[in-house]
Amino acid sequence: MSDSPVSPASPRSERAVPPSGEPLVVLDGVNKHFGALHVLRDIDLTVARGEVVVVIGPSGSGKSTLCRTINRLETIDSGAISIDGRPLPQEGRELARLRADVGMVFQSFNLFTHKTVLENVTLGQIKVRKSPRETAERTARSLLDRVGVSGQADKYPAQLSGGQQQRVAIARALAMEPKVMLFDEPTSALDPEMINEVLEVMRQLARDGMTMVVVTHEMGFARSAAHRVVFMADGRIVEQAPPDRFFSSPRSERAKDFLSKILHH
Amino acid sequence: MHVLLDNFALFRHGFVGTLLLTSVSAALSLALGVLVAACRVSPVPALRILATVWVTLLRNTPVTLLFLVAVFAAPRILFPGTSHFALAVGALGCYTSAFVGEALRRGVDSVPLGQAEAARSLGMTFPQTLRLVVLPQAGRTALAPIGSLMVALTKNSAIAGSFDVTDLFAEQRRLSATGHDVLEVFVWIALAYLLITFVISELFQLLEHRLAVAR
Ligand SMILES: Nc1ncnc2c1ncn2[C@@H]1O[C@H](COP(=O)(O)OP(=O)(O)OP(=O)(O)O)[C@@H](O)[C@H]1O
Ligand SMILES: [Mg+2]
Repeated sequence: MSDSPVSPASPRSERAVPPSGEPLVVLDGVNKHFGALHVLRDIDLTVARGEVVVVIGPSGSGKSTLCRTINRLETIDSGAISIDGRPLPQEGRELARLRADVGMVFQSFNLFTHKTVLENVTLGQIKVRKSPRETAERTARSLLDRVGVSGQADKYPAQLSGGQQQRVAIARALAMEPKVMLFDEPTSALDPEMINEVLEVMRQLARDGMTMVVVTHEMGFARSAAHRVVFMADGRIVEQAPPDRFFSSPRSERAKDFLSKILHH
Repeated sequence: MHVLLDNFALFRHGFVGTLLLTSVSAALSLALGVLVAACRVSPVPALRILATVWVTLLRNTPVTLLFLVAVFAAPRILFPGTSHFALAVGALGCYTSAFVGEALRRGVDSVPLGQAEAARSLGMTFPQTLRLVVLPQAGRTALAPIGSLMVALTKNSAIAGSFDVTDLFAEQRRLSATGHDVLEVFVWIALAYLLITFVISELFQLLEHRLAVAR
């Protein structure tokens, strides 16, 4: 039992209501254990089409795990997850197809080290979406342009700065034309001066109406780009609210405590 | 010197035989090795077990014994009438595939997990992830060990010469038996093997260098 008030799963505030309000990602009573460790406890979360949800919380609270269950990089023990009305398939081709619709951006970029930047962005299009190479390259170049690394197309990831690599990783995910994008601490591995270039790309993406679930410690991003902040602790969603309300008047003790630590330390 | 010149046709015959035996066995071992590595990391338990048995069995069998089995036992039970060359290729290729498979699997282990996760999150199936992302990177790591394995394969191929397969080693036995200076024959044969293994080593080093530059 949690000692803190838990707000309803769906957003209800004025600003929290995203453009369509139609549910795109739905987690229903999700539980997950790592051995004896109960990392996700009865998670109910609905992300609407076009909504930007920022997930925050102390280390070890289950944010990454939550993010990774949405494209089944982690399996769940109980509950249900559906994307665009379809439940997550088990292993196999069906699951692969669904994953193609869910973009993921990792803390450590995970660009394919043996492929050039351009190849990183075309690979999924060609092999998964079966696009012709020329179409894929055209798409890739325009995406690389959009994230501001068009000059690096023929380099290998190791030749790029962290910020550039992460922007390429975003382009790689976007190339699949995903319905939703998941970001797991996309700026945590970056030098401070590179954080903003990545956040700016993400802000633009949010403005363009992309549905996003973002795990981050960047409170500035949460304030400016999120429709809703989800606060997790000990595997639970303890509180969720539009960012201005969450940051100005958090309700739960856990959230107050967390905010006091990160906002003025 | 005149042993070489007088019997140049024989030497050449043996040299070509060894080259042929080595290259066909190498190709077989590489193809099987990739398959073995793929099975060892596969999500299908039966494939993993099969590959583990294959590796354990072959790695722990003396290669000479393997040749004996291939040349004397196998044709009786499985492949009657198969040429000794094909049987030797089979023995050598299968034997080396176990080591290649292991080298590749260690290569796979060295590829960061995030690479496969990124591939999967793009919607690649397991075989695609392996073929397009993991194995190419594993192969780079495994290149040097595989180079050594190919050198070892070349030397192991000499055993085939004892089983009626035309190669350098068989010619050495023939020449020695016909009263040539054994020492001199040995030197020429050894030099011939050295030439082949040297070329293989250089080839792999070149490959390694080129792939290192390309990232
Ligand atoms: N593969 C795993 N095996 C075992 N335990 C794990 C595994 N992955 C995560 N955990 C544990 O599950 C808990 C939740 O981890 P998770 O990575 O989701 O937290 P997080 O909120 O993302 O933390 P952080 O802010 O440090 O990234 C932690 O206690 C972690 O140690
Ligand atoms: Mg995390």
